[in-house]
Amino acid sequence: MAKLDQGPPNYKEMLPPVILENYGKWKYHEIPRPGVLKHVGEASTLYSVRVGTPRLVSIDFIRDVCALADEYCDGFLRWTTRNNIEFLLSDEAKVNPLIDTLNAKGFAVGGTGEAISNIIHTQGWVHCHTPATDASGVVKAVMDDLYEYFNSMKLPAKLKMGLACCLNMCGSTHCSDIGIVGVHRTPPRIDHDKIRKGTEIPSLVASCPTGAIRPDPKNKSVVVNNDKCMYCGNCYTMSPAMEIYDAKNDGIAILIGGKVSNARSAPSFSRMVIPFLPNTAPRWPETTEAIRKIIELWIANAQKGERIGEWVERIGWERFFSMAELPFSDMLIDDYIFSRETFRTSASFKY
Amino acid sequence: MTEKKTPLLDELEKGKWPSFVTEIKRAAAKNSASAELLQVLERSYRERRGHWKHGGIVGVRGYGGGVIGRYVDEPHTYPNVAEFHTVRINQPSGFFYNTKTLRTICDLWEKHGSGLTNMHGSTGDIILLGCKTESIQPIFDDYSEAGFDLGGSGSCLRTTNCCVGPGRCEFACYDTLEACYNVTNEFMDELHRPMWPYKSKIKFSGCANDCTGSIARSDCSVIGTWRDSLIIDQAAVKEYAAKGFDIQGLVCDKCPTKCLTFNKETQELSVVAEDCTRCMHCINKMPKAITAGKEKGATILIGGKSTIVQSAFMSWVIVPFMKMEAEDDYEEFKDLMRRIWEWWDENGKTRERIGETIYRLGMTNFLKGIEVAPVPQMVFRPRANPYVFWNQDDLDKSGTALDGSAL
Repeated sequence: MAKLDQGPPNYKEMLPPVILENYGKWKYHEIPRPGVLKHVGEASTLYSVRVGTPRLVSIDFIRDVCALADEYCDGFLRWTTRNNIEFLLSDEAKVNPLIDTLNAKGFAVGGTGEAISNIIHTQGWVHCHTPATDASGVVKAVMDDLYEYFNSMKLPAKLKMGLACCLNMCGSTHCSDIGIVGVHRTPPRIDHDKIRKGTEIPSLVASCPTGAIRPDPKNKSVVVNNDKCMYCGNCYTMSPAMEIYDAKNDGIAILIGGKVSNARSAPSFSRMVIPFLPNTAPRWPETTEAIRKIIELWIANAQKGERIGEWVERIGWERFFSMAELPFSDMLIDDYIFSRETFRTSASFKY
Repeated sequence: MTEKKTPLLDELEKGKWPSFVTEIKRAAAKNSASAELLQVLERSYRERRGHWKHGGIVGVRGYGGGVIGRYVDEPHTYPNVAEFHTVRINQPSGFFYNTKTLRTICDLWEKHGSGLTNMHGSTGDIILLGCKTESIQPIFDDYSEAGFDLGGSGSCLRTTNCCVGPGRCEFACYDTLEACYNVTNEFMDELHRPMWPYKSKIKFSGCANDCTGSIARSDCSVIGTWRDSLIIDQAAVKEYAAKGFDIQGLVCDKCPTKCLTFNKETQELSVVAEDCTRCMHCINKMPKAITAGKEKGATILIGGKSTIVQSAFMSWVIVPFMKMEAEDDYEEFKDLMRRIWEWWDENGKTRERIGETIYRLGMTNFLKGIEVAPVPQMVFRPRANPYVFWNQDDLDKSGTALDGSAL
């Protein structure tokens, strides 16, 4: 019988000696080469070697990683918030041999400093019930294409990306330098039989943020005002009778310029710059190309240290659209709840 | 079992980035559910749509969450993934592991499930991806025996998460690892037994770089900060200058409040402490020379969430500065959280995150409810309209008696 409420394993048992002796007493850190962090503490020095992962990993992958950690790191390692692995080494002499081994085994070493880090992402077609696109596959295609920016540090600043497989925007896409968002574009299809069998109609009606769903008492079901629906899929989460996927019309939107750090400027939301790209599985060439173009424009024009959003805010979004040669359309003007703050209330602007 | 072809997925084994398809195939070699997952996924790639259903409550005895039910939409075609549930295991603070612990996780998952995991889910849990309904209780029993507990799901306190903190970062203004561990253990009931209007998340970031993305991704963001002046080591400043580092251009000019001055002649850097907003930029750029002040703690912000459904919210400042000390057992923070959840529990609608409840009922209402006094740090700027909700107390104090007598 399981013990209830015993809580997570104690992190103190997971810390290597080099961390225990410097805990809370770190002095500074450097990035001696891409993928390696050097933290100097009062007692000693710690080297972390960062490796990208697909997040969706088998137990044999974890065992492989354990074998390396046993050999090079006295059996200690950690993961990062962005699904990278960090091998924790107290012995500088082991750093390069570990990297050689990692490279030989096909691991991706990098993701530090002015680089693209791993893309935070959701489950997509692997496991989610409302996806408008896949998650792991798009991430794989984009990271393959941008690999040269993962294992180097030649970007103007750090680049953090997120992918959400539907309009819920899980996966931190709403505050990423570049957000890849799966979008539905057609209203839900109502299965009246399913609704009659097991849907709580008032909850379903209440779930719609635009009031597009109304009860239909005669039919013991609901009706959808298609003009009001913005395809968020919240109704489908409330009732499986409101199927929202649409293979022909689902696809990807690109949002840019978000960040969560307070450094220099306040945290900011990502903004939509491309409303739709097709779901071209298995390698999403339109998406990888669109993202590469934006990144290359940023590299060519940003000042040193400027993240994508800071660069675009400095030059102005109107200027960004002309430089990026991206079409501007009514789809990019907010008409949802908090739109007012996005309208220009000044006669100053660029072309 | 006959080998079935996956030509579309095979395309995703090419290229330099590690492949999730390879990972599923590795699990598939040992497990029939993972093998069938490949078939379902190949079909999704062909048809460009998902094939999973939610619904059907699954769980373990004694808890109201921790397991998410997942079913394939054609159980007769794919019997091995007819049930393919997710189990959330609460991760250790900071995602630190020894290999013994990781191997235990793997061995138990090999015994009971698909052999596929997410390291980690976006909230923080170790995600065990794919098991049958009958395996759920045995999984919990075995993991519990090995010292693990389930994470949160549903309308509960979700699994808390933190940055690497003092474990490996000189920027940490409080012990995020210990705070996360301590607070998680305090609120076990809230985490395991959903009882609120909707989910509620806490993330602990040690400084304003906010590496957990707490301001965007959690209902309560605990962001490390300090209250006195940052500390400058002039000898180290000179070293940066001697190495040709552009202190004026990359640090002073980028400072959002222009509170830093670099004197080229003396090679010294000075700060106007009261103008500094502690954004971390200068410390990020010159970690050897600039450090946080001595009076450290955290800013508490409330309301962050992603887009669904009323738009994304970023957390709002509620407490500009709070001490976060293990010696005090984080009592002030825990007490604040209890008041906040109580207010939300009383006022929130079903599936309404606390940020949305505050926005609907008003920040003033919320602050009164949780007994927190308003301070200017809570807003960027004050209101631009005169539509104040006056109460009798304010009227009694500020009105003018017509006969000239004192009120």
